This record gives sequence, structure tokens and C-alpha cells, in this order.
Amino acid sequence: MDEKGWRDVPIAGLIIEPGTARGYKTGEWRTHRPVWDPEKCINCFLCWIYCPDSAIQVKDGKVAGIDLEHCKGCGICAHECPSKVRAINMVLESEAEAEDGGKGNEETGGEANRGEADSDKADCGKAGCERGSVKW
Amino acid sequence: MTGNEAVAEAMRQVNPDVVAAYPITPQTEIVQIFSTFVADGLVKTEFVTVESEHSAMSATIGAAAAGARAMTATSSQGFALMWEMLYIAAGLRLPIVMPVVNRALSAPINIHCDHSDTMGARDSGWIQIFSENAQEAYDNVIQAVRIAESRDVLLPAMVCMDGFIVSHGMESVKLLKDEEVRGFIGGYEPAYSLLDVDHPITVGALDFADWYFEHKRQEAAAEVPVAEVVRRVGEEYGKLSGRSYGLFEAYRLDDAEVAVVALGSTAGTAKAVVDELRREGVRAGVLKIRLYRPFPGDEIVRVLSGVKAIAVLDRSDTFSTMGGPVFIDIKASMYAPIYDDSVYDDSVHGPVRGSTHDRDARDTGARDTTQRPVIVNYIYGLGGRDIDLEQIRKVYERLQAIATTGEAGQCVSYLGVRE
Repeated sequence: MDEKGWRDVPIAGLIIEPGTARGYKTGEWRTHRPVWDPEKCINCFLCWIYCPDSAIQVKDGKVAGIDLEHCKGCGICAHECPSKVRAINMVLESEAEAEDGGKGNEETGGEANRGEADSDKADCGKAGCERGSVKW
Repeated sequence: MTGNEAVAEAMRQVNPDVVAAYPITPQTEIVQIFSTFVADGLVKTEFVTVESEHSAMSATIGAAAAGARAMTATSSQGFALMWEMLYIAAGLRLPIVMPVVNRALSAPINIHCDHSDTMGARDSGWIQIFSENAQEAYDNVIQAVRIAESRDVLLPAMVCMDGFIVSHGMESVKLLKDEEVRGFIGGYEPAYSLLDVDHPITVGALDFADWYFEHKRQEAAAEVPVAEVVRRVGEEYGKLSGRSYGLFEAYRLDDAEVAVVALGSTAGTAKAVVDELRREGVRAGVLKIRLYRPFPGDEIVRVLSGVKAIAVLDRSDTFSTMGGPVFIDIKASMYAPIYDDSVYDDSVHGPVRGSTHDRDARDTGARDTTQRPVIVNYIYGLGGRDIDLEQIRKVYERLQAIATTGEAGQCVSYLGVRE
């Protein structure tokens, strides 16, 4: 847990930096893990379209893997994967971890980036920028 | 003019960016009159006609989060319907100003004055300022804009006035010129804005056990400088208008042996009784509380410290068998200073934030309990039941007996109810 005290965080629970969801790792919520088989995958991108967490990784126009730091294990990708292909299968997280020694799930989880907002980075650089006003 | 007309006039002069409101007796006239100002082009306000008070407060919060100077107004059941959103306005630190025309809560159904509505929200984080008459309601709305928007504060503020007694009572009111009000409140620079594309922000995100406590702690600390800001704005307003304001009005209290504490219009009635009693040689006084939330308990105890017997008049009940809310607050304040340096120190809040609490009182720790005044409570005037000079005179007579004997008898009584 972040050690910052109440005087050091923006007021009212504001998040003053964009894109902080990247730092909020939701992968640890997962009970079932999607296991993707690149041999079977036909790159139809149905999983990419349907994934509610944008966890299907794409590289050079092809499915490249699954972002397990953010995948919550909902199983939609496996469900949407065409029945004749079945390139994604859901397995119990505990079993998957036992198999790969936890390597596929290195997220620390639960760390909201709330207190990490860097005022220098958030400052627009304009003269008289009032960024400090949301600070306690 | 009436209190409602005076408040609508103040809102016209404030010229807020957004007003979202729903009509309810006895507040209706405020937003009705203000809507004519909008229709006539006298203000540049976006007036949102919503379908409920919950929506009125929601839309006001949305507008304020988008960087607008936003206002609404309500009463009673409508106020109660806002409940959920009241806490959100305070938690998001949005300096919304809301006139509230005090009216009883159902059941049984009643449209007349008591303070049950706003007293219920005394712990919502809103600043609460009570007005004795239409003049004060007008003056308080203008000052509340400055108080709420102060960068030391950033909290929503409600300006309370007694339903019908003040809202519909006709009296002469001195108004400032439009440009004087504009100059006094100044232009609005929001602390944050959803529409500020150079600084994208998220408002109202989930805040679990890892951060919620810290944000509520900030909110509690934001209440501390309010008293000092109220005093500073009240003085500055006095220079502009000739009418200065503090946290409360201590009426003939300097050498008083007996005193009544009241909020709103009843304080005016009590002052008339005190004038009569003074002519008869009775050392009587009145403490009219203006800033009720945050409660300036230390200052109130200090100003009452020389009085032998005090009656707190509460126009609402807490139904807790502990008496009315104002009585409970004053009684608690008399026990010991609430906050000391270990909680609210100058190094944290700066001289302004720290100076609202008396250094000497803090240094002595617990109060000298043997010197405390005797204090009793009267709950009165529920549902618009009149309180008159004779009833308040009887209260002072009892206080004189208490001051002589030191015996308080029954602590909480009901004044003006048929037995």
C-alpha cells in the first residue's frame, strides 16, 4: 500500500493524471485464466473485439498473447472463440500457476495509482498553471 | 421585500453559471422569481428544470464539477430527497451555494417552519449559515459564495432562513448595487474542472479502504479554517455594506447572568425580550448562532463563560432523548476544547487554519468544570408553532431562578406544546 498521507494526495479523490488504469492491475481478481494456443489461433480477432478489459495483445496484425496483469478471467474470449477453433481455454488459476510456477501472473495487484500523480508531469507548462489547486 | 425575493435578488446579482432547481413550498418563490430573471435575460445563467430535488442537486454537482458557479435552493422534503447527493457535493469539495427555506419534515405533513430539514444534514460536510431576517438571508447568500469558494475551504454552503416567517414576511431590505456584488464575489476560478482539457481528470472514482479514509480526513480538515474565513468575509462585507458579520451575534451578553441561545428569526424575538428585561434591571442576553456548521464550539463557550444560566432554544428535536441538536452541541463544547494542537496544528494548516481555535483554551486542556454555566434546553416551534415574547420571558424567569439557586431541574422541556 502506498505510504502517502492525507496531506499528500489530491482533494476529493480526484485522479489528476490520465491513463492511471494502466497501473491498476486487476489480474489478481482472476479465478479462471484464459490459456491461448497460437497454433490453433486463426487471428479472427473476435476475442480482441469482445474483451472488456482490452487484455488481448496484438502485434503486427496478429494476436500476440493475453495481458494477464489486467485480464479478470471473465471467459468471454474463450466463449467467443469459434467452436471449430477453440484456441482459448479457461483453466483454474491455481492449476495454471502450479504449472508455470506463477510466471504468467506476476502482477502485484490492487495498487491504485491514486497517490502517484506526478504534479510536474500533470502540469501543462503554461504560465500560472493552477495545478496545485487540487492539492490539499 | 420578502426573504424569498431578497434571496432571488442576491442570486440574480451573483449571476451563477448554472441553477438547477425544483419548486417546493416555501422555497418555490426563490426559483420562480429567479426563472423570470433568466427568461428576461437579466442573468446569463443556464436554468435547468429538473424532475426532482435529487436531480436538482445532481445537476448542480455536475455543473460545479465541470467548473461552473452553480446554485440551487430547496426546503424540507425536497431537501431530504437531496440527501444522497449532499454528501457527494461535500465529498467532491464543490463550492455550491444553496439557500434552504427551513420547513418541518413529514409525517405528519406540514409546510411550516422548523429546522428539522437542515438539522438532519448537519453532519453532511456542508457549511450551514442561519439568517435571522430577510436582510441577513440576502447578505448571507452573497457572503456564502466567497466562503464556499475560498481556496482554504472548498466546501458547499447552505444559507438557511425560516420558512414563511422570513421567506414570506415583508420587511425592508438594503440591497447592494449589482457591480458591488460582482466586485465582492469576484470572477470564478474553479479548483478543478472536467472541461479543462489541458488537465484531464477523473472525478468520483472508486475509493476503497486504501484511500477513502485519507480523503475524508482532508474533508474534516477543510472544515477547520471555515470559521476564520467566515469572520474575514463578514468583516470585508461590513466594509462594503455597513453590515458586518461574525460567527454569531452576542446580544447584550457582556455582563449577562442569564442568556438564551437561538437560531434564525427566534433570535430577533428573544432580543426584544432582552430589551424589555434590561429596562427592568435584569442582566439578560442572547446568543444568536450564525455559523452552525462547522460548529464554533470553543468560541461559543468562551462568549457564554460568564453567564450563570443558559437556555438553548431548538426548533427541532433529535428524538434521541438527549434534547435538541444545538443543545447537544453546546453541552459537548462545554466539556473540553474539541481539537487541540496534536490534531490541528499551525504547522499543518498555516496561521489561518490554526487560528480558529483559541491557543489559551488549548493550553489548559480540559475546561474548569466547576465554573460551567447551568444549561437547559427548550424544544419549541415545531411545524410552525408560534413563539412569542411572553413564552421567551418565561424562559428568562426560569433562568433567573436557576441562576439564584443553581438548581436546573428538568433539563429538556417542550415550549409551547399543549400538555
